[in-house]
Amino acid sequence: MTAVQRAAARREHGDPFAAAARPRRWGAWYVTEHKLRAMRAYGGGLVANAIFNPVLTLYTFGVGLGSLISANSSPNAVDGVSYLAFVMPAMLCGALLMVGAEEGWFTFMSGFKWNEIFPAMRSAPISSAQVIDGTIMMVVIRLLVTGVIYYVIGLLFGAVQLGWSLLMVPIGALSALALALPVAAIACATVNDRGQHNIVMRLIVSPMTLFAGTMYPLTILPIWLQWVGWVSPLWHAAQLSRSLSYGLDEPGWLIAVHWLVLIVPAVIGWRLAVRNATRRLQK
Amino acid sequence: MPAEPVIRARGLVKRYDDFTAVDGLDFEVAPGESFGLLGPNGAGKSTTMRMVGAVSTRTAGELEILGLDPDRYGPEIRSQLGVVPQQDNLDQELRVRDNLLVYGRYFGLSHGLVAQRADALLEFAQLVDKAKSRVDDLSGGMKRRLTIARALINEPRILMLDEPTTGLDPQARHILWDRLFRLKEQGTTLVLTTHYMDEAEQLSDRLIVVDHGRIMAEGTPSRLIREYSTREVLELRFGSERNATAAADLAGIGDRHEVLPDRLLIYDDDGEAALGEVVRRGYQPITSLVRRSSLEDVFLRLTGRSLIE
Repeated sequence: MTAVQRAAARREHGDPFAAAARPRRWGAWYVTEHKLRAMRAYGGGLVANAIFNPVLTLYTFGVGLGSLISANSSPNAVDGVSYLAFVMPAMLCGALLMVGAEEGWFTFMSGFKWNEIFPAMRSAPISSAQVIDGTIMMVVIRLLVTGVIYYVIGLLFGAVQLGWSLLMVPIGALSALALALPVAAIACATVNDRGQHNIVMRLIVSPMTLFAGTMYPLTILPIWLQWVGWVSPLWHAAQLSRSLSYGLDEPGWLIAVHWLVLIVPAVIGWRLAVRNATRRLQK
Repeated sequence: MPAEPVIRARGLVKRYDDFTAVDGLDFEVAPGESFGLLGPNGAGKSTTMRMVGAVSTRTAGELEILGLDPDRYGPEIRSQLGVVPQQDNLDQELRVRDNLLVYGRYFGLSHGLVAQRADALLEFAQLVDKAKSRVDDLSGGMKRRLTIARALINEPRILMLDEPTTGLDPQARHILWDRLFRLKEQGTTLVLTTHYMDEAEQLSDRLIVVDHGRIMAEGTPSRLIREYSTREVLELRFGSERNATAAADLAGIGDRHEVLPDRLLIYDDDGEAALGEVVRRGYQPITSLVRRSSLEDVFLRLTGRSLIE
């Protein structure tokens, strides 16, 4: 459309271009705002969960199981540090992974099906990509808040020292996205829920969590099971977090692999979620 | 010079794989006009609305909304529209007023302006005392009014309503019609689909009758009735077994007959005279009714089918 035609359209019909300028730019943020407002209704439960979960797990595994391990070997029995210090970064990443698995499925399924707000947003001057991006931003905010709470409780337990180790929060959030966004891409293409989420949780997420070197170093497992850890974002996030937390020594190439295994699925999942949502919303 | 149309469709087509939902529609809507799409379920009305709403992309044909192509200027067009979908898609997790607040933000409006408009719209939709209620706690009519209020948060130039009163009780329908009349008086262009002929007659200045994705007829409700029906209709019931045989015996009475499973319709400008002739031929119907022709009769004439089946 030429400038002259655009000026004519404006004279004739008011100014749709001015009206759409802000939504074109900030649309994704408006979606995040909407989701955060909705979260207020059940935010208390989320925060309570974010507090109790680390308190219970760090106490049970770090302190309880940790003292047993220390008593039977030495105080720095795993990786040269206390069991609590070893387990805490992986537990934080694991907690965020669970939040990611839940948000990736339920929030995106819901927006299309159970609480059809995505089509409603699309009737406003918001693009399908903005609907997805804004929802992902809300998930990232929830992950970061949950992660910071976990980290602070880790500090109180003495499981970690304040410093670069704080980066385990965004690393954990990234590992959660490496799972959540591919799951969201599936949700965006799923018209009827026939238990796909249960299959993903039981056959993919559970083994990825159990065999990801969370409670013990991955090398303890027989070699034929270790590959589960290698493909699990949780192991890679836990190793990165441990290197920041207590200086676990990892070769440079392995650190690069850790980042790749976190970033690649997240980016692919994100693009597929946008593509699937766009197809569905503009049918 | 007549005003430029706000909607212009030429040969509009939407295909899903092998199925053609909309098959070459041509229509224009003038500013401030109330334009109806009348047709049975599955006629292609909602698909047309989604294309006009710059949500669904067309397969072929030309479409301009406010002089803009929806394929390129979707957000610009949608910034000027209010959309009331067939199924209310309010956010169930939010309270009534919050639904208006978050939606207003999608149009880039400031928090202050959205709050101001939300309060005015709650008043308009008669939902002030429900402002803090959960959406789930609202009746069907209230949810519908809230959806309409939400569609008005951006003060749209065109309000699109897909089956606005389906599933509502008569009282709720009349409240809703009243709100829509007010908007029409204020100069808002209304585009609505319906399969209720009384709704189409009440709310539309002009309408198209759509079936199988094609336009069967176009005009004002009164013109369509004049063109495709008689002034009055005589409805006779002889019992489901006998309607067809009675129709054969009553040939020649009125302009035209329609035999439906439960009744026989005789189209005649003077229904009472037609009834007199029926009785004179020795027939005593179980019930008889003389009424004015409606859009239902137009549809029956055009498609051989009833609107609500």
